Amino acid sequence: MTDMRTPLGKVRGLGSAKDGTEHFWRQRVTAVANVPLTIFFIGLIIALNGASYDEVQAALSNPFVALLTMGAILSALYHMKLGMQVIIEDYIHDDAWKFLLVMLNTFFVASVGLLSVFALLKLAFAG
Amino acid sequence: MSKDAKTRARPISPHLQIYKPIPTMVMSITHRITGGALYFGMLLVAWWLIAAASGPDYFDWVNGIYGSFLGRLILFGFTFALIHHLLGGIKHLFWDMGHGFDKDFATRVARMQPIASAVLTLAVWIIGYMAR
Repeated sequence: MTDMRTPLGKVRGLGSAKDGTEHFWRQRVTAVANVPLTIFFIGLIIALNGASYDEVQAALSNPFVALLTMGAILSALYHMKLGMQVIIEDYIHDDAWKFLLVMLNTFFVASVGLLSVFALLKLAFAG
Repeated sequence: MSKDAKTRARPISPHLQIYKPIPTMVMSITHRITGGALYFGMLLVAWWLIAAASGPDYFDWVNGIYGSFLGRLILFGFTFALIHHLLGGIKHLFWDMGHGFDKDFATRVARMQPIASAVLTLAVWIIGYMAR
């Protein structure tokens, strides 16, 4: 079959959507990161079940716990941002709605991330 | 997407409801559903962290909601969705590397997945209550 792509196009390997396998790959990288981070987070919640406010506050302001929790949340947020975008693109065929929802998806994830990270930083540095 | 009537009236290819559900297909659908549920479940994680950062009074109030019967029910569902999606995700990572595509094996894994998810969810909650 005749290959109509230009040499530059072949080298870039990005295809017609212009982002190549970036979305797929980031979904996988965050998925790999999510496995240990999620297990950590489940363990943290188990350890803190029924704990008092002081115990929770002390645990979350521990640097290791704070960093791993932040990592778990940020990796999960990126992963779910990519996933929800695929769901939107699969089911919403109206261009205006699709644009709006994909943008809302980004805003939602960014808001949840900012709130969570701010809360963790406050716990770590301001008590 | 073109919106004129001629295009809209065209017959479309058969969709989900026409196929007999098979285990791998059902697991694919539940993977997406659990993923969607976890998306909104993340709000509960954020709310919990905000509560912890806001001080004892607000934290205890939020803790009370999470500890209520309905709260526990939702968190139990959250745990199940998380573990189901986690196991499904690990399966996908093996698929990505080209392993586990044998038809009978893939079907067996798909049948095991909800059972394993339920068992692990119960285990997490039992350990959670024991550690209390």
